[in-house]
Amino acid sequence: MANQFTPETSDTELVHCAKSGNLDAFEALTNRYEQRVYGLAMRMLRQEQDAEDVTQQTFLSVLENLEGFRGEASISTWVLRIASHAALKIIRKRKGLNTVSLEEATEPSDDLNSIPHPEFIADWRQSPEHLVERNEVRRLLDDALTRLDEKHRLVFLLRDVEGLSIQETAAALDVSEGNVKVRLLRARLQLREELTRVLGDTKRQLVRSHNHHA
Amino acid sequence: MKCEELLAMLNEYVDGTVDPAVCREFEKHMAGCNPCQVVVDNIRQTITLYKDGQPYAMPVQFRERMHEVLRNKWKEKFPAK
Repeated sequence: MANQFTPETSDTELVHCAKSGNLDAFEALTNRYEQRVYGLAMRMLRQEQDAEDVTQQTFLSVLENLEGFRGEASISTWVLRIASHAALKIIRKRKGLNTVSLEEATEPSDDLNSIPHPEFIADWRQSPEHLVERNEVRRLLDDALTRLDEKHRLVFLLRDVEGLSIQETAAALDVSEGNVKVRLLRARLQLREELTRVLGDTKRQLVRSHNHHA
Repeated sequence: MKCEELLAMLNEYVDGTVDPAVCREFEKHMAGCNPCQVVVDNIRQTITLYKDGQPYAMPVQFRERMHEVLRNKWKEKFPAK
């Protein structure tokens, strides 16, 4: 019997049918999100085995907790939330930490002075459209991501790569929106800095005027 | 607007969620401050690179194994009547 669900079927309908015991609906849901979960896990963890574990754990968790899902958040936020927590748990285990709390006492403050200023400033030699094709660029992107604090990396991946809103990202990570914004800014600035040092046109490097006021 | 103030509002400007009045201040500043304009461009380019980059493809064998595990779990949960 052909699966009655199509890419056009809404998430809401898939969830509803899955809750009633329809395996096809659950599989359609899994198909819809598995690649995104795997991609997020790979970028967070950089190891295939760990990414596979996170992906499988995520969908097992979805399966087990489906009846508890009441739709306050969208299913994508919910699935990515589960994946995020699973990925962070592995990172903490790697570091030998026990806590799974995302809030830490030494959270960087939200003040302007603590945001690092851009140092290397230059137009890139090529546009993203051209760069995206090159394998060594992908390596560069991954390395830069790995050097981010995992909390900043996760916010960047959820917000800028997965396209969650600030609100959804905050909900997925159980942190405040203000927190998300600070982490996002740090992530974007740090990535910009690293990528520009490699991709920027050194012949056209600019120097920031520290006292500039317009 | 100083460069520092622009930095603090960078997210909102790049995401297009900034207040129109602030947006005008931003553009005014950037018209006279090339470094800030380039930083904003760099950030947009950075986001595009990551967003449009090649995704990691799930290994086929893993995917098949995972779906089998899920199906078995499902049958435990919803035994066929």
